[in-house]
Amino acid sequence: MSIFSKHLPAVKVGHYKNTENSATEKMPLPDKVFISMVQHIGAPCQPRVKVGDMVKVGQVIGDTDAFVSAPIHSSVSGKVTAIDQNMTMMGIWDPVVTIELDKEQELIEDLKAPKITDRESFIKAVRDSGLVGLGGAAFPTHVKFSPKNLDEVDTLIINGAECEPYITSDYRTMMEDTDLLVEGIKRTKEYLSIKRVVVAIELNKAPAIEKLSEAFKDSDGIEVMGLKPIYPQGAEKVLIYEVTGRQVPIGKLPADVGVLVSNVSSIVALEKYVQTGIPLITRKVTVDGTAVNTPKNVEVLIGTSIKDLIEFCGGYKKPPKKILMGGPMMGRTIYNDNMAIIKNNNAILAFDEDWVKLPKETACINCGRCVRTCPMRLMPTLILKAYDKNDVDELKKLNVLSCMECGTCTYVCPAKKQLSFVNKLAKQKVMEGGNK
Amino acid sequence: MEQYNNGNLVVSSSPHIFDNVDTSKIMLDVIIALIPAFIMSGIVFGTRAIVLTIVCVVACVIFEGLFNYILKKDNTISDYSAVVTGVLLAFNLPANLPFWMAVIGCFVAIVIVKQLFGGIGQNFVNPAITARIVLLISFATPMTTWPLPKKLMGMVDAVTGPTPLGVIATGSDAVPSNLDMFLGFIGGSLGETSAIALLIGGIYLIVRKVIEPTIPVAFIATVFVFAVVTGNDPIFHICAGGVFLGAFFMATDYTTSPLTTKGKIIFGIGCGLLTMIIRLYGSYPEGVSYAILLMNILTPHIDNLTRTNVYGGVKND
Ligand code: SF4
Ligand code: SF4
Repeated sequence: MSIFSKHLPAVKVGHYKNTENSATEKMPLPDKVFISMVQHIGAPCQPRVKVGDMVKVGQVIGDTDAFVSAPIHSSVSGKVTAIDQNMTMMGIWDPVVTIELDKEQELIEDLKAPKITDRESFIKAVRDSGLVGLGGAAFPTHVKFSPKNLDEVDTLIINGAECEPYITSDYRTMMEDTDLLVEGIKRTKEYLSIKRVVVAIELNKAPAIEKLSEAFKDSDGIEVMGLKPIYPQGAEKVLIYEVTGRQVPIGKLPADVGVLVSNVSSIVALEKYVQTGIPLITRKVTVDGTAVNTPKNVEVLIGTSIKDLIEFCGGYKKPPKKILMGGPMMGRTIYNDNMAIIKNNNAILAFDEDWVKLPKETACINCGRCVRTCPMRLMPTLILKAYDKNDVDELKKLNVLSCMECGTCTYVCPAKKQLSFVNKLAKQKVMEGGNK
Repeated sequence: MEQYNNGNLVVSSSPHIFDNVDTSKIMLDVIIALIPAFIMSGIVFGTRAIVLTIVCVVACVIFEGLFNYILKKDNTISDYSAVVTGVLLAFNLPANLPFWMAVIGCFVAIVIVKQLFGGIGQNFVNPAITARIVLLISFATPMTTWPLPKKLMGMVDAVTGPTPLGVIATGSDAVPSNLDMFLGFIGGSLGETSAIALLIGGIYLIVRKVIEPTIPVAFIATVFVFAVVTGNDPIFHICAGGVFLGAFFMATDYTTSPLTTKGKIIFGIGCGLLTMIIRLYGSYPEGVSYAILLMNILTPHIDNLTRTNVYGGVKND
């Protein structure tokens, strides 16, 4: 257990990397795209276009003055036909800009590669690219790259762990966009002046490890590290510990222990912008699951509806019963397949009825599995009991706010308790001060 | 293409996949792990041991089912925990105990200790152990009239006799050989005598990750070291009086043992110490049951004192 080991607890889950060898296919243009104004954590963007406007590829169509935000660009050229409140993949109601494509894909006139001369212009370029954490968290990258104590940051971790089952979009990125990734890593290292860069990849992606090790063999201060392929290696705090042995203190940021973490796909998107001026308007998405005819990796325009995407993958093989944005451990169920791809959407998984079994919950038998496997070393069974008793002080003592909702505890629980869900509710309870 | 939306899509919280281990699978593994000792009990004590075990299992399952039925609770028979309790209780009884007494034990274990406290996962003491102690207090003579192993019957007249610890307590020198003790050809409760059979079952549980080795190792090692330090035969002490049964199958009961590794070490050492203190300094020659019962009662406190160090938290040990 943890007191004897240098590693955090983790769990073996099936990998199901069915699409690891399917080269990314570019999806043909859809008729319409639906671009949400909330594609990051932080302040929502306001639409900068009106119904009837003609827009071009790369045009900013949503932005805000708030620092914690990232602009949203049009991924297509065409006409804005609607701006309405819709349920988005973030699980909230937000303005969504609908654009009917003219299929010309005309670029906005002033689109050109940014001039980067120093750290400041680099960070500005990061924001202008519209980049957010593409690995799932969707935190604006320029904010992440400008912590107060940037000079104390000595390690940049490039996250290629991809520990969620099914998803292979980061892997395909590493294999297919190696040059952009390598250049992007070097550039980021240079402008943020970080001594050590570690590209961390799970060992089940040996070809990527090999390819990148080769690419970096003459680069000073950049190394590739293989990680045990267990869940949740790719979670930021876990990764930081595995790579540096440091723990991010509760309530602090990775930068406070001298670390920045960025996902491989984010670096590639950034480098693409730096070289061409084309902002983040496409991304790689893994489409898989028992209800999908031809699982594959797809390069898709931000705003493409799930329906169109699945149709491109041969449509549904069986009626879907559950559709996930993201992987089966942390992914979010979506309400309908009219929703559209957002920036941090690394996978769409659709499963049929047989796969969607909610196991029957039984009584907690106090087996300790949840406690043994929680990477944050929390005690989910005690959190469950404290939550049931509405004991907010106890919940605080149990550090429930440190829960990253990775789902490991729920996965291992023989009594099939919805532990991570309860933790989510318990966190809300603690944040509300418990007057519920 | 058909439209899929709220109406026909399941919306639920992550994660969406689950390990296939559930409570019944765990209990089934425990039952499998008890089979070697069950077979040895038949070899050592004859069919009476087998029949008594079956009686206990049936009684426990019926009590569990009836209780659930009368209180209109979800039926928990299918989690097999009542079967495990039945076997463990039988293993803690002399093979020739009258059936009705055993049934009373089953009632105590299932209804009083387990169900009245809220069912599986809620009891604060081990049902089988508590039932054994209740029977011991209520029916002292039949509960301590140990049938002798068949192997010995040809050589001695009596069909009952003391356990090895009893032999030691009375100062006689008819102590069985360590080999007999290890194999189980000694007097004692029907399932506790064969250290080797219990060890095989225990290793099975560890390999299947049903239990962690922490408690059994801490427990048995403490008994061993205590015996060495006090000048007693350590092999004798770990093989005698149900240490293996207690360490692998009773002290590891999830509900009544601590959650964390640190807690488990404390718990195991506590069980070992108390066992030896009762054996060597108490008036009663056996000690395992009482030791585990006492440590069961301390478990909530051990749990409170041995909480995990949260990632990024201040060290609290
Ligand atoms: S894993 Fe489930 S059954 Fe085991 S202690 Fe945790 S909540 Fe209880
Ligand atoms: S969901 Fe929270 S409590 Fe459960 S294993 Fe993950 S971090 Fe630990």
